[in-house]
Amino acid sequence: MPQDHIVRAYDEELKYLSRRVAAMGGQAERLVDRAVTALVKSDMRLAAEVIKDDAVLDDAQRDIDEKAIVLIARRQPLADDLREIIGAIRISADLERVGDLGKNLAKRVAPVSEVRQPVSLFRGLQGLSELALTQLKDVLDIYATRAIGRIALTRDRDGEIDAMYTSLFRELLTYMMEDPRNISPCTHLLFCAKNIERIGDHATNIVETIHYMVTGEVMPPEREKTDTSHKVVAEVPARS
Amino acid sequence: METPAGKGDSGIAGWLADRMPANGLMFVVAIVAIVLAAVLGTPAGVVVGVFLVAAAAIVPTSRRREKAQIAARALEKTSLGGLSPQNLAEAVGDPLVIFDRQGATVHANAAARKAFGDLPAGMSLLLKFRAPELQDLIQSVLTGQAGEKAVDYVERVPLERVYRVVGASVGEQTGLFLLTFRDQSEARRVDRMRADFIANASHELRTPLASISGFIETLRGPARNDAKARDQFLQIMQDQTARMARLIDDLLSLSRLEMKALPPAGRPVDLQAVVEAVLDALTPLARESGVEVKRDFGHERMQVAGDRDELFQVFENLLENACKYGQSGGRLIVSIRPSASVPGEAEVAVTDFGPGIPAEHIPRITERFYRVDVETSRSRKGTGLGLAIVKHILTRHHSRLSIRSEPGKGATFTAHLPTVRRRN
Repeated sequence: MPQDHIVRAYDEELKYLSRRVAAMGGQAERLVDRAVTALVKSDMRLAAEVIKDDAVLDDAQRDIDEKAIVLIARRQPLADDLREIIGAIRISADLERVGDLGKNLAKRVAPVSEVRQPVSLFRGLQGLSELALTQLKDVLDIYATRAIGRIALTRDRDGEIDAMYTSLFRELLTYMMEDPRNISPCTHLLFCAKNIERIGDHATNIVETIHYMVTGEVMPPEREKTDTSHKVVAEVPARS
Repeated sequence: METPAGKGDSGIAGWLADRMPANGLMFVVAIVAIVLAAVLGTPAGVVVGVFLVAAAAIVPTSRRREKAQIAARALEKTSLGGLSPQNLAEAVGDPLVIFDRQGATVHANAAARKAFGDLPAGMSLLLKFRAPELQDLIQSVLTGQAGEKAVDYVERVPLERVYRVVGASVGEQTGLFLLTFRDQSEARRVDRMRADFIANASHELRTPLASISGFIETLRGPARNDAKARDQFLQIMQDQTARMARLIDDLLSLSRLEMKALPPAGRPVDLQAVVEAVLDALTPLARESGVEVKRDFGHERMQVAGDRDELFQVFENLLENACKYGQSGGRLIVSIRPSASVPGEAEVAVTDFGPGIPAEHIPRITERFYRVDVETSRSRKGTGLGLAIVKHILTRHHSRLSIRSEPGKGATFTAHLPTVRRRN
């Protein structure tokens, strides 16, 4: 957190910004959680609510942007303060995207629930979303405490999310090959899995922003990606 | 606020006696007004008199409230033999957080630190508790809109927890506020457990049941007089019933774990001692599988906070799996060492040299009933729940499981556990 300033209103404005980002984070977490619940339980009403609630995140981002611009214009911040403000702008943009992805999940509830899907598929999807939500929660906790020592853990989890996504990708492919009637719902589920995986990516972006805010340095380069889904191919059984 | 004085009163006499001394004058004036009005015959006088009687009855109530407030303030200042607010907060079993007008933490008790991680003084609660309903609660407590307000707060990850959160201001004009959390996860878990158990049990027991009933049908029909087939079928039926028994054991064990709250901080558990105990218990299985176990324990004895029996189950399941599925490798390595990347973390790794696990299955093998190869799993007496139990216990201990495998070369299962510093 930035040091105290002579002008107390300035401190208050900076604090407001970080509180607003945290509140927005909480709303994004809740939105994704409810979207996944709607998907797993085929709950159309909950899905409709989620779609409506995304507007809250859009408003929050606009508010943070405006406040940040006013702060820069009026206080001409330097160093820590400037990074704090730029960080808030970036994080709110990522959170807004998380909200959009959640909304997109909710939109797919209807086409997915047309056909009853195997339980194991939803277990996989739930596992993936648990990982992504834990990632988001950890990242926002790091934002609250600025404990960048914990960043290594979130990087590990990013790898887990990618691996899980690849595994689900493969499973969905096999269902589609088994029965062409599965193609439509499974394609939607594939997008759902991709959206959840993207939420994890946004969480990772936020971690990088926090690292920059605290240290003023760009995070060291990432290890190689473990998302190998682009290499997965369906083996078509030979016709006899 | 109810005053203690109000309780002793009964009947009109008590009611009057209570009010008379305080407002005797007003009563006298009122009665005089009524008498005068009656004598002079003006109806307005009667109205004024009645009004004054009513006022005499009401005014003392507010005066009593004032008195009670003075008494309460005096009570606040009473010291209870050097009892500090911090001591008191620490002694409360439920999580409790005291914060100031800016929403910054002033004090979080031990239960709160255990439930939500470190909450250093000065940290903004609005940054930590981001759930929309908690944000609203904290805001409304800070603005003093509601004297006391309660909401339900559900935390989904990493473990599902449900709290009834009450926000209130502390005393009068102290500028301090309070959040208390009552854990209600238990009730929620019982509900969930019941639903899950029925769904899982009915689904997983159906296959062995169908197979048993099929064999019974065959034994009563076509294979009635075939002694050789009968023996073979009975053997299969016995295997299936044994499998069902194991399945029920594992399901119960998992359900029981899910029911329990977080493990008590309790006494530190020595990792090496637990692993040794597991190795002793599994010696027959290792010998039977023809697997040689190599110990690779560092010099440093490491301890973790948690439940010894649950940790025993973790390592038992991991080692049993290694013996069962890594049998072809002929050897296992069990190692305990401090983590190289995360300080204050211990790693217990079980490495086998069997066929390994294909990469696409690794992220999912901790899911319930997920099997890499159904046939192999069944033949090795697996229920599909062992790793789900491992993962659940580790999550409860703020720990995690990582799995590395190269097909054809074997697999390594590593439990990452936070250590506690030895106190001596």
